[in-house]
Formats: sequence, structure tokens, C-alpha cells
Amino acid sequence: MPHHPDRGPDPRPNPGPNPRPNRGRTRPVHPWPLRLMHWLNATAIVVMVMSGWQIYDASPLFGFSFPGRITLGEWLGGAIAWHLAAMWLLVLNGVAYLAWGSLNGHFRRRLRPPGPREVWRDTILALTFRLDHRHGVYNAVQRALYLAVIAFGVLAVASGLAVWKPVQLWFLSDLFGGFRASRYVHFFAMAGIVGFLAVHLMLVALVPKVLPPMITGGRLSEDAP
Amino acid sequence: MSDALDRRRLLGRALAFGALSVLPGCNYDNLQHPDFADRALRAMSRWNDRVQAALFDPHTLAPTFPASAITRPPRFNAFYDEAHVHVVDGASWQLELFGNIAEKRPWRLADLRAAPQESQITRLICVEGWRVIGQWGGVPLGWFLRRIGADTKARYVSFRCADGYYESIDMPSALHPQTLLALDFLGKPLTPPFGYPLRLRIPTKLGFKNPKSLVALGVTNVFPGGYWVAQGYNWFSGS
Repeated sequence: MPHHPDRGPDPRPNPGPNPRPNRGRTRPVHPWPLRLMHWLNATAIVVMVMSGWQIYDASPLFGFSFPGRITLGEWLGGAIAWHLAAMWLLVLNGVAYLAWGSLNGHFRRRLRPPGPREVWRDTILALTFRLDHRHGVYNAVQRALYLAVIAFGVLAVASGLAVWKPVQLWFLSDLFGGFRASRYVHFFAMAGIVGFLAVHLMLVALVPKVLPPMITGGRLSEDAP
Repeated sequence: MSDALDRRRLLGRALAFGALSVLPGCNYDNLQHPDFADRALRAMSRWNDRVQAALFDPHTLAPTFPASAITRPPRFNAFYDEAHVHVVDGASWQLELFGNIAEKRPWRLADLRAAPQESQITRLICVEGWRVIGQWGGVPLGWFLRRIGADTKARYVSFRCADGYYESIDMPSALHPQTLLALDFLGKPLTPPFGYPLRLRIPTKLGFKNPKSLVALGVTNVFPGGYWVAQGYNWFSGS
């Protein structure tokens, strides 16, 4: 029987004679399209952020610059070339992810927006190392973080387009309050993504067992939620 | 000099991407031997040229601003500093014409002054990320190209400058109503740091696509490139 790799509990009523038809069967914690898109996105984000820091350094918005050893491109022309090449990977992969997640029910099943109380409860549990991690289930902190970083990603792309094309995409430029304001919005969207990345990597360091399934897919019982 | 040579390296060492920098054939020190990453990034830059040409709408105008928004004092920028500005003698200056143009007689300053003039207060965005607002006046390039019998179906308009700088733009951008052969800046004739006696002013492209102190203008189907483009900036660089 073909089955969807990311589907939740079997919604069919108990068939009777054989109460556990799926016993012993497994499905991946993370289906392959999700893993592929995760690592493509990770690559795109690293290239975008590091080349973006080099571009920032040509005309800093604040009283600091990013040190050359953590930037990409060596000089402004190289950094722009990386940035405007990797943007295609970021955008195409991002659109694929949003389409995949909404069409197959991944967002509905796994990314239900958490309420503030849930987030608070799970944050306290996480900070006191009492938050249990179950493969295949995103806790409220994870869901809040993933939804936030998706929003920051959309904001980064929209404000980036406004900086790149303030004349042709004037409606985006106007939306963010003009060319200079778009640069600030783009910077804060980057800061949001980098902030997410810091927390994300910290959580992986705290619960290292979550890393292998993002590479190999891992195995979950069909009966698992 | 060594700094200039450094910058000529098209695309720098990919510090965090050890895997990329150990690919066979990598040579980051010589523009004549671009490595794999250089080639890939150049191909993407050419793709971005095509996307920008498709995105360009000849009827979309760059925003204009009130006189109160003009940046004062104006900001000088070039590939050398202000002490080394090339000073052109306006009396003997003329604009040479070359390529697919019917009437190649050179134009003198008085000829350009006698042509229809337009003035605009627009924004100049530098590739570095800063922007200034200024007022430029001069002859619409579209009018000029038609007046000299240029082949407006050709792909490129090419510019050469008194200081050795060179640039080129696509024909649709050249024919855009806000693209000027500017003679005036802030209500007075251009001064040497800002491109005396004649510069291109094109508010639908980045600042480095606005060459100063023009000495020749051509129309061609052969890609003319540009000073910064040869070092790795994107050619179309439209706003």
C-alpha cells in the first residue's frame, strides 16, 4: 500500500479483527524532500548571510563592520555576485518548501501555531532541561521558532528585492518606506534569521539525537504520532 | 597599486567554503584563469542581466524628489580621489560618435546647449548601498540618439570618458525618458568632480552606470562591457 511519508496517525476507524495493521512498519522522521530542502536552505542561508555582511561593510548602517574572515566574496563585487546567485537557490528552494508543506499537510499537522502559554511552558521546560524530545513531534518552542524564521525569511526576500530593484519593484520599496528603510528592514530580517540559527544550533547541541534523522531520515513507527 | 590588483581578482577566496577552494583548477589570483566558482558566478550574473532586462519597464519612472531633499554638499565618488580629477577643456572638447550612427559629426558643447533640455531631481544609488539626491539637467539621450540617426534597434550604447573610464547600457534603458546626457548639476554647469562637461545621468541604474566627462558615445551590437563590470560587477545593474 503506498503511503505518504509524512502522514500522521491513521485516521481510519479500527478495522476490528486486526487492531494494529501497521505494527512493525516504519516511516522516516523527516521525509527526503524535507531533508533535501533543509540542507539546500542551510547552504543558501550561509552564503546569503556571509556575502550580505561583506556587502553591508561597503556602507555600514551602524557603527560596526563585519570582520573579513567571516564574510564571503573578498570584496564588494565578489560578495554581490555570491549574493545575487545564491538568492535563486534561497527563493526557489523556499517556494518549493512552502508549496510542499502546504499541499501535503505538513504545515497543518506539524506546524500548528502554538499559543503563548504553550510556548512559555515549553520554554521553561527547555531551559530547565526537562523538555522531552519525541522524534516526529515539534514542541511549542520549535513551532514558534520555525514559524518565526519562515516569516523572517519572507521578510528578508521581500526587503532584499526592494533594495535590489527600488525602481522596477517600487511597490515593495514603498511598502518598506523607501530605499534606505528597506536596507534597515533587510538587516533586521537577517538578524532575525541569524538569531534563529543561534538558538536552533544550541538546541541541536543540547539534544544531539535530533541531528542524524535530518541527514538519514531516521525511523519512526507507523503508529507514532 | 597592489590594492588595485587585489580588487581585480574577480571573486575572492571562499573562506568558509574550503570544499570550493580546493576544487581543481582554482586560481584566485589571476583574472585570466577564472576558477570554477568564478565561472559559475559569472554565468549567474549573465542570467541576472537577462532577468533584469525582462523586468525593465520603459514606462516605470524612477522617483523624483522636492528640491528640499537634495543632498548637500553633494558627494564625490570615483575610482580615484578628488585631487586626481581629470580636468577637461570645454572650449576644445567634443563628443565623438562611433558605431551604428548615421550622422557621426562630433558634437560641441554649444551644440548640446542648443538642444532641448530637461531637468530632474532624482536619486543616485551607489552599488555600495548609500544614496544621494541631486538635480541634473541636460539633453534626453533618447532625443539625442534619434537626432544623430542612431540604430535604436541595436543592443548597446557605449560610453568612453576622459579619465579612461568606460561603461555601456542596454538600448531600452538608453531610450528611457529619464535618461539624460547631463550638462548641469544643481542648476549650474557640471564641475570637473561631477563630470564636466557632459555625463550620463540614468536614475534607473546604479551610480557606476552613470559615466562622467564623456568623450565618445557609440551604438553597437557587440558587448562593450565596462570598467567595473570587467572586475566582476553585474553589467545590467538596474534599480
